Amino acid sequence: MIAFILRRLLASIGVLIAVGLIAFAMFRYVGDPVNQMVGIETSVQEREQLRHQLGLDQPTIIQAARFLINAARFDFGVSYQFKQPVADLIGARMPATLELALVASILSLAAGVPMGVFTALHRDSALARLFQALSLIGISLPTFLIGILLIYLFAVVLRWLPSFGRGDVVHIGSWWTTGLLTASGLKSLIMPSITLALFQMTLIMRLVRAEMLEVMRSEYIRFARARGLSERAIHFHHALKNTLVPVITVVGLQLGSILAFSIITETVFAWPGMGQLFLQSIQNADIPIMAAYLLLIASLFVVINLIVDLIYAAVDPRLRIQLHRAPV
Amino acid sequence: MTGPLLSVRDLRVEFATRKGPLVALDGVSFDIAPGEVLGVVGESGAGKSLTGLAIIGLLDPPGRIAGGEISLAGKRIDSLPPAQMRDIRGRRIGIIFQDPMTSLNPLLRIGDQLTETILAHKSVGRREARERAIAWLGEVGIPSPEKRIDGYPHEFSGGMRQRVVIALALCAEPALVIADEPTTALDVSVQAQIISVLKNLTRRHGAAVMLITHDMGVIAETADRVAVMYAGRIAEVGEVHEVVRDPLHPYTQGLMAAIPTLEVSARRLAQIPGAMPRLSAIPPGCAFAPRCPRVFARCAERPPLMAIGDRGAACWLYDRAAVAADVRT
Amino acid sequence: MSEIAAEPEGASRPDRTFIARLKDSDLLASFLSSKVTVAAGAVTIILFLAALLAPWIAPTDPFNPATNFLSDSLDPPSFIAGGDPRFLLGTDDQGRDMLSAILYGLRVSLAIGFCGVALGAAIGVGLGLISGYAGGWTDSIIMRIADVQLTFPAILIALLLDGVAHAMLKAQSRDESAFAVLVVSIGLSFWVQYARTVRASTMVEKNRDYVLAARLIGLTHARILISHVLPNVMGPVMVIATINLALAIITEATLSFLGVGLPPTEPSLGTLIRIGQNYLFSGEWWIVAFPSLTLAALVLAVNLLGDWLRDALNPRLK
Repeated sequence: MIAFILRRLLASIGVLIAVGLIAFAMFRYVGDPVNQMVGIETSVQEREQLRHQLGLDQPTIIQAARFLINAARFDFGVSYQFKQPVADLIGARMPATLELALVASILSLAAGVPMGVFTALHRDSALARLFQALSLIGISLPTFLIGILLIYLFAVVLRWLPSFGRGDVVHIGSWWTTGLLTASGLKSLIMPSITLALFQMTLIMRLVRAEMLEVMRSEYIRFARARGLSERAIHFHHALKNTLVPVITVVGLQLGSILAFSIITETVFAWPGMGQLFLQSIQNADIPIMAAYLLLIASLFVVINLIVDLIYAAVDPRLRIQLHRAPV
Repeated sequence: MTGPLLSVRDLRVEFATRKGPLVALDGVSFDIAPGEVLGVVGESGAGKSLTGLAIIGLLDPPGRIAGGEISLAGKRIDSLPPAQMRDIRGRRIGIIFQDPMTSLNPLLRIGDQLTETILAHKSVGRREARERAIAWLGEVGIPSPEKRIDGYPHEFSGGMRQRVVIALALCAEPALVIADEPTTALDVSVQAQIISVLKNLTRRHGAAVMLITHDMGVIAETADRVAVMYAGRIAEVGEVHEVVRDPLHPYTQGLMAAIPTLEVSARRLAQIPGAMPRLSAIPPGCAFAPRCPRVFARCAERPPLMAIGDRGAACWLYDRAAVAADVRT
Repeated sequence: MSEIAAEPEGASRPDRTFIARLKDSDLLASFLSSKVTVAAGAVTIILFLAALLAPWIAPTDPFNPATNFLSDSLDPPSFIAGGDPRFLLGTDDQGRDMLSAILYGLRVSLAIGFCGVALGAAIGVGLGLISGYAGGWTDSIIMRIADVQLTFPAILIALLLDGVAHAMLKAQSRDESAFAVLVVSIGLSFWVQYARTVRASTMVEKNRDYVLAARLIGLTHARILISHVLPNVMGPVMVIATINLALAIITEATLSFLGVGLPPTEPSLGTLIRIGQNYLFSGEWWIVAFPSLTLAALVLAVNLLGDWLRDALNPRLK
């Protein structure tokens, strides 16, 4: 078991280093960092000075190493546009994105799993068919279209909810800001989180449904039925457990992609999060922010993957045993 | 108890297909007495498993019972509402499936699966159910049952798993156990052990067994009576020793002749020419007629199961009138 | 004149099994049996044709600055009060006819979608064949890269590639090369699924007798891969490609909506929606509504077709 964990850790670190090197390449070789940072009037001498200061005249390997070490300390340099440390810029916006992503994840799970179980067990009911139709729409339509639709309905026509921004936020501790504690904050959270959650929700629902149907066809369910166990026991004691185990993996990985889709949602709703910052940085060729965002997101994904792998190994006894010994 | 434990009369099972209903079992009739071991033997596709599934009410759609009667201890069970059928399963009829690797839920401990079944059918407390579960594991021959009861299925070998399956099928103490090819998926060396476990346990608890298999050898050793199935119908039924020694139906005769023995000197294995017809292509009349070495004119009409003493055979050869009529033409 | 007997095709061209399977699977029957699928098929064909024939059926050329007058800008659709009969679906902020813009936008969206899928398939199939056939280190490396890439959602990878290219190119060439950049971004982010499927099939096929026979005759590996193994692994590739088409269209639309795709001078449906969102509150709803409807219809229809195709070709569901 320990060997397994170590192996996964090493693999994760390997991926992180690889991504870090890509980020470094981007940082160093896309455009000229010095020219991006200074004005036109700056003399050649001053540029050379700056170059030396930044260590850009050192051998590439040393630069790469420094980049990686700095990154590990969350030092990503200074933004070209804003002339502020990238870490501060991202840090200021992180709570907005994380809060949105968290709410959306919980929503997608809380709605997706029960709907999936329901549509599997009551295949032919009208409600199940409705869910199926809705799921097709949820999975087909691009996120931004759904966002715009919601805005049109609830902000323009009904005027119930705000169409942009985060509302009033409350500061917690030195860093975190939350919109959960204010009325306007909560209202602002509704549409973006639904938009963000919809795709995942339908994905989870379809997955749970497919898995459950598959499990219900298995031999051990047939044998359980043959032993006269109640449908309730079969559905919730036997089938559900077996359904959820493979679902966990996928759900865990999907949580990561919520972060990716948050970029889109933040754009639609002018949500002041990391995603918006990243997009701006692309528009303005602000490489330090781009590189930092890439590294951050990659790290998050790698960590999530690692955790999911470990959870899976903990939950499925077959995997646990495979890691230890052979059957008697 | 007087009368048979299980009585099957004219059982007809159909599958609804796009091209119309497909008859899989056509007029199957037999009895099982309390505590008796009835072997049901036949080739793959003859309908043996379907018969077992129909009896315990586990036919998957599009299959359905289209006719006939199934009675357990005198009461009909073929058309019971689902809730009542659920009561019967496990408590009065148990079933053992072929593949022990897939019969057990891989994510639940076998102790849980056992106690759950016991609790569903017997009014005992949790602790008592666990004690019983341990006892059952011991009865099927699992060593150190009190330790292994908390194990997961993949920690057991195939033979051990099938023992657990037998324990699961019997732990609610049903009067009838249907064993659907219980050894087919196991190593040859283990097969004999499993059969003996099954036999001893059912004898000890007074349960009857419907032993479905294609292995005539197992039947000869284990069963009291045997029913031979062919193309969804019963070809012959009778006491095991009589059927083996003196088969009546030409199909059974062919089966017996095809079994190699050590005494006979090396010559070609006798084969029954041709193959059993697919369900969609069963000829009218006797299903075996196209392959039968003793076919005659009357065989164009389907023979009923004729009683010859306390044996039965579905063959016109045993109808004196038919034979006589044939001699004359 | 007697015909020279054709050599038995079975040995070297078993791709007939896919086509034969196609016929066997009652494809047409299952297609016609569902009204929804037929509707989806009809919508898809209509939209494809509209995109194809856009230069001929569009009432105006929306990219010709000479014909766009700012005085015409922000006109509502012709069937609403205040609308100009020349512009069926209204005009946008540049005075461009919405109907024409949508037709051309549809055209470029589909073009990028198809090209992106084609590129992704080409890369994926190629790498899959090599990976499955060669085995060993090559296989490990390619699969490692695939695994790593799979941990990230495709949209993120597309966004990243697009963004980096965007940042690297100067403003002018950015607009001109938008098409190519999008195709490459999409292709590079979607190749993995093809590669994995093809690799699995290749590993099965490479041990088959006909491949061994071809080796014995002395055919080169490349020849074997292309003429013998490839036809047999194409089946699943087609299914993946169909499903991927909708994803590619969505990805392009999303990237354009985010501002890193096609520019407003040559807008795709996504760009039009981006422009339109700004006018949602001021009342010019048509700028966002019609492109949105078109995009939604296109994606839904293609997805439904993909669903049907996948179910129809899935042997297990029969």
